[in-house]
Amino acid sequence: MPARNTVAADPKGVDSGAHFMDGDHALAEGALAAGCRFFAGYPITPSTETAERFAERCPAVGGLFIQMEDEIASATALIGGAWGGQKVMTVTSGPGFSLMMETIGLAATTETPLVIADVQRGGPSTGLPTLTAQQDMMQARWGSHGDYRIIALVPDSPQECFDLAIEAFNLSEIYRVPVFIMTDETVGHMHEKVVIPEAEEIRVVERNWYQGPKGEYRPYRFTGRDVAPMVKAGDGHRFHITGLTHDERGYPALTAEQNDKVVRHLIEKIDSNAESIIRVEEDGIEGADVVVLSYGITSRIAIRAVQEARQAGLKVGVLRLITVWPFCEKKIRELAGKVKAIVVPEINYGQMVLEVERCAAGQCKVVSVNHCGGAVHDPEVILAAIQEAAK
Amino acid sequence: MSSCAPNDAQFRIQNPMAEFLRMERMPHIWCPGCGIGSVVTSMAEAIKNGGHDMDKIAVVSGIGCTGRVAGYVKFDSFHTTHGRAIPFATGLKLANPELKVIVFSGDGDLFSIGGNHFIHAARRNMDLLVICVNNFTYGMTGGQMTPTTPTTANASTTPYGNYEYPFSLPFLADAAGATYVARWTSLNARNITDSISEALNRKGFSFIEVITPCTTLYQRRNRLGDGIDAMQYYHDDADIQHGADTRTVDIGFQGKLKTGKFVDRQKPTYLDAVNTHYANVIGDDYQLYGKTPPEKQAEEEAKRAAAAAAEQADGLEAEYIDEPAECGGDDA
Ligand SMILES: Cc1ncc(C[n+]2csc(CCOP(=O)(O)OP(=O)(O)O)c2C)c(N)n1
Ligand code: SF4
Ligand SMILES: [Mg+2]
Repeated sequence: MPARNTVAADPKGVDSGAHFMDGDHALAEGALAAGCRFFAGYPITPSTETAERFAERCPAVGGLFIQMEDEIASATALIGGAWGGQKVMTVTSGPGFSLMMETIGLAATTETPLVIADVQRGGPSTGLPTLTAQQDMMQARWGSHGDYRIIALVPDSPQECFDLAIEAFNLSEIYRVPVFIMTDETVGHMHEKVVIPEAEEIRVVERNWYQGPKGEYRPYRFTGRDVAPMVKAGDGHRFHITGLTHDERGYPALTAEQNDKVVRHLIEKIDSNAESIIRVEEDGIEGADVVVLSYGITSRIAIRAVQEARQAGLKVGVLRLITVWPFCEKKIRELAGKVKAIVVPEINYGQMVLEVERCAAGQCKVVSVNHCGGAVHDPEVILAAIQEAAK
Repeated sequence: MSSCAPNDAQFRIQNPMAEFLRMERMPHIWCPGCGIGSVVTSMAEAIKNGGHDMDKIAVVSGIGCTGRVAGYVKFDSFHTTHGRAIPFATGLKLANPELKVIVFSGDGDLFSIGGNHFIHAARRNMDLLVICVNNFTYGMTGGQMTPTTPTTANASTTPYGNYEYPFSLPFLADAAGATYVARWTSLNARNITDSISEALNRKGFSFIEVITPCTTLYQRRNRLGDGIDAMQYYHDDADIQHGADTRTVDIGFQGKLKTGKFVDRQKPTYLDAVNTHYANVIGDDYQLYGKTPPEKQAEEEAKRAAAAAAEQADGLEAEYIDEPAECGGDDA
């Protein structure tokens, strides 16, 4: 696994103390605490508050916010910003996320660390601009053309928006990979207590800067386990980066063999480290007959259903995904051999449930509890699914 | 890939461009008579003549035959996605303001798919130099119509002749707020070099359009002959008119070409505006974004002056880069 040298956060970006703020604002605070000093964005409901917060805070912090002409420009400016030496972020929602997809492929293949938050709203198309959804989960995983891997995290509260923003930056630096924060309108606009620790308590992964001589820098290393250190433009390394299939020097190398080498590395650097990347939260899994697997706002609704089911004497466990990509395959494989059913509520017509089904591989029932965007679940609907699954 | 570009060891040693090029990537993919290489030569000369710190120059390209430039020049160089060189360059410049960022791309890349980025970077007066090789076509994908293809010209997607109205790039740049606008043909190597030199020594959004031949596609499809014939056309029909009103510089099929420096005006750059504004609003607490401390500034100035003096003695001679090669087309 790549080295994880952490340092204390730069106090300039850390607004320590207890706050009452929404998830969107907490994302901006998390980014600033993680050392992000460049934010390029384009307004879109329900994500705009993150950009607004960053714009307001950055002059005092020594950062820069630029409102770009569209989301393609925003995402592309991030890659330029990262190779210019900064930690970079943008935020968007479905339509903007769609526009960013080609650029995300460039970030993936050039192994550029950056963070994109998608505050999900109902789709398709302009859909439900002000109403919640979890419909972009598969887009996050597969949205750009070609094979590659990304990391995606899902917060279930404003506090976790703050915490996972820092985690997202750290992971993006460790693996040189785009990291998505797949939040939603409800968490984005929900006001709750957010505690921002003192700077020295926040651990931040610094960029792994190349220390070797000029003229010998190689931007890539296709080991499938770790990534090459980075440099920034202007430091005299005269390096080259391209979206074409490339060799270790970053030069185009347009053969099937080299494409395989690059793509396998992009996949394996995440897959081979999946166990240290993946975070889930578990409760009452041991001895459970039914496990409710959920993420984001839906997991908070599901808790009510689980409580009621437990009161009625059912053995119900909870598995909350914090990391959705890479998916916790191993965990589901093991679980599926032990339980009767896994119940998967999500605000879409069945996205992460496809992964659960794949990994469960017929060992247990997998029950999808879903509806389209617009509102969170009625806990009674999840309860009914648990009761049915427990039979 | 090419079989005819020179690649022997002798050439590599003698090539006066060697310090600017990734010689290990030669031969390049460009066709015989293609105009892209000579614009690269002019850029290299301008950088050399100006004594600029080559470590602080970054070149960003989009996708296309011209987009391949970033891959051949020995600077920090970025080959991005189709149309997105300008927003990439914007991020790069803002993240590290001490860089001089040159965007080098084609007419289709910058003005079709990337048109929106161009006008907004010009509007912001982003401190970038944008060099557009305008060959009136999508070279890389096989000679389709672009937003600059003259009306009536033949392209693979306008096989009966083009019935659309093209952009006049200097007019567009001027209207969008560019603070420096020039146009040359690739015959005017010296003027291109001078223009690039001038642009590199100023701040703000500079735009240089270079009309160049795409011999393999545009020239051939329109029965305009080879590279030499294109030079003859430029020689006969291009007219230097510095300061010409950009409303009058549009290009008809094989029509008159007005060239020269059309716009050169002063306006605070994007970052200057950021800093001035915040300093006014926030006051002394505001720390200027991306400013080099004065002591480092003086040091850089001295280094540049010394380099410029040294270069003046020898100067550059031959142009090698636009040597023939077969047509590319592998990143279309
Ligand atoms: C999103 C996307 N659309 C289309 C293409 C295909 N494509 C590659 S280069 C190009 C046109 C380039 O034309 P221009 O910028 O004029 O460059 P030239 O080849 O003429 O130098 C196109 C359409 C692409 N690479 N990406
Ligand atoms: S296709 Fe046209 S633009 Fe491309 S290299 Fe050949 S001559 Fe130049
Ligand atoms: Mg072209």
